[in-house]
Amino acid sequence: MSAIYILWLRQLKRYLRSRTRIIGSLGQPLLFLLALGFGFGPIFRKAGQGNYLQFLAPGVIAMTILFTAVFSGIELIWDRQFGFLKETLVAPVPRLTIMLGRTAGGATVAVLQGLIVAAICLVAGVRVSGPAALFYALLYMVLIGVLFTALGTAIASLLSDFQGFQLIMNFLVMPLFFLSGALFPLADAPRPLQVMAAVDPLSYGVDGLRSALAGTACHFGAATDLGVLAGLTALLLALGAYLFAKIEV
Amino acid sequence: MIKVRNLVKTFGTFVAVRGISFEVREGEIFAFLGPNGAGKTTTIKMLTTLLKPTSGSVELDGLDPAASPNEARKRFGIVFQDPSVDDELTAYENLDFHGVLYKVPRKVRAERIERLLKLFDLWERRDSPVKQFSGGMRRRLEIARGLLHTPKILFLDEPTLGLDPQTRNQLWTHVRQLNEAERVTVFLTTHIMEEADRVAHRVAIIDHGRIVAQGSPAEIKSSTGSQTLEEAFLALTGETIREEEATGLDQMRRMSRLWRGRRA
Repeated sequence: MSAIYILWLRQLKRYLRSRTRIIGSLGQPLLFLLALGFGFGPIFRKAGQGNYLQFLAPGVIAMTILFTAVFSGIELIWDRQFGFLKETLVAPVPRLTIMLGRTAGGATVAVLQGLIVAAICLVAGVRVSGPAALFYALLYMVLIGVLFTALGTAIASLLSDFQGFQLIMNFLVMPLFFLSGALFPLADAPRPLQVMAAVDPLSYGVDGLRSALAGTACHFGAATDLGVLAGLTALLLALGAYLFAKIEV
Repeated sequence: MIKVRNLVKTFGTFVAVRGISFEVREGEIFAFLGPNGAGKTTTIKMLTTLLKPTSGSVELDGLDPAASPNEARKRFGIVFQDPSVDDELTAYENLDFHGVLYKVPRKVRAERIERLLKLFDLWERRDSPVKQFSGGMRRRLEIARGLLHTPKILFLDEPTLGLDPQTRNQLWTHVRQLNEAERVTVFLTTHIMEEADRVAHRVAIIDHGRIVAQGSPAEIKSSTGSQTLEEAFLALTGETIREEEATGLDQMRRMSRLWRGRRA
């Protein structure tokens, strides 16, 4: 337990100390909110879909968590290249514990980053249905955070350098975000897009988060959202732990 | 304390270690010498559970590191050849992190960290992030960390790399003290033959993945008719310079220098 705590604490300290990283990673979500949220707002309203900023906000919060979480997982490659990973791997601590501590730390950082964006959304005029909404929203944010940190860790366990990094960004992280229904309503989307969204785990996170914040009905249904996220999180944690345990340096 | 029999490690078609056998007795300082790429670090990695041997057996304090890694890990400390401290954490935090992972009780941990940081002249800088440290200071921190949990076996992989003569001297004095007072078994590698000659009780010389000589420094010198261990080493391993390819790590370092310009 103390090992998980110290690994978690390390990630948190690293995050809080790199102000440039905190501010830098807010740039993209802010740009999305500003350009898309306000830019498409009038058209969205004319199309009878209501307030676009309100619709977009959960998508951008989920995006922030997705990016930060995957990066946190991928940070493993840095630790491996700069040697710190060896320090944890020769310690008398089971690999599973190390993996759990790292994931807890990465997910916490991702959720914190998501909360900052959520706070900015509130200031920008996004409305929340009530205090219970915040609780459910946080639950979805944590699930998204843990799921994608575990995914990042699993991928990073297979890579020993950053050669494949661009590939992961362009063919995994970006599609996960753009196809998730974060930017557009899934209900009226063309069929192929709907199918792709249905296999994208982030869709369920965005959907759950959106319905939690606005107090509206889910596209997939709350039970499906929670079930898919929780199930996949467990699966990826197991996969990440398995791959992490096989690392040799 | 350490028993190695017919240890082999292959990476694809490349054979890094070709069936080596040796034994390190309890309380001994053992120097493992060899040119670049001879298989020293690969061997240390197999002894310290970081790599699985392709074949052969390893015994650490009666334990098989492959079968019970966590038990084995409790018994040794290691100072790696490459840096392995966290740059973003302070010197104190790096040691504290280590102490928690090795389950050193809080009070003992605080005392030992203070003692070690003072010993290696880092106490005044304990709250500075390691990224502000010079190469020598980082090295000292790594050595202090390896000693924190009072291991029975201490692995030192080129510990004096980049240290000035003062710090080198301090390091070896301390290692000898530990060895004499607490009977810590020491397994070290170095390229400075004079160091090995001075501190090691016994020496093994590895080349191309094979052990070409082992014994006390005096035995090795007399068997080759050399005056110094360096002459003996050259006589045994030849004078050709070994080539090592740039690894992913070197490429990463270059990238990191580009990104974090102020450190360069």
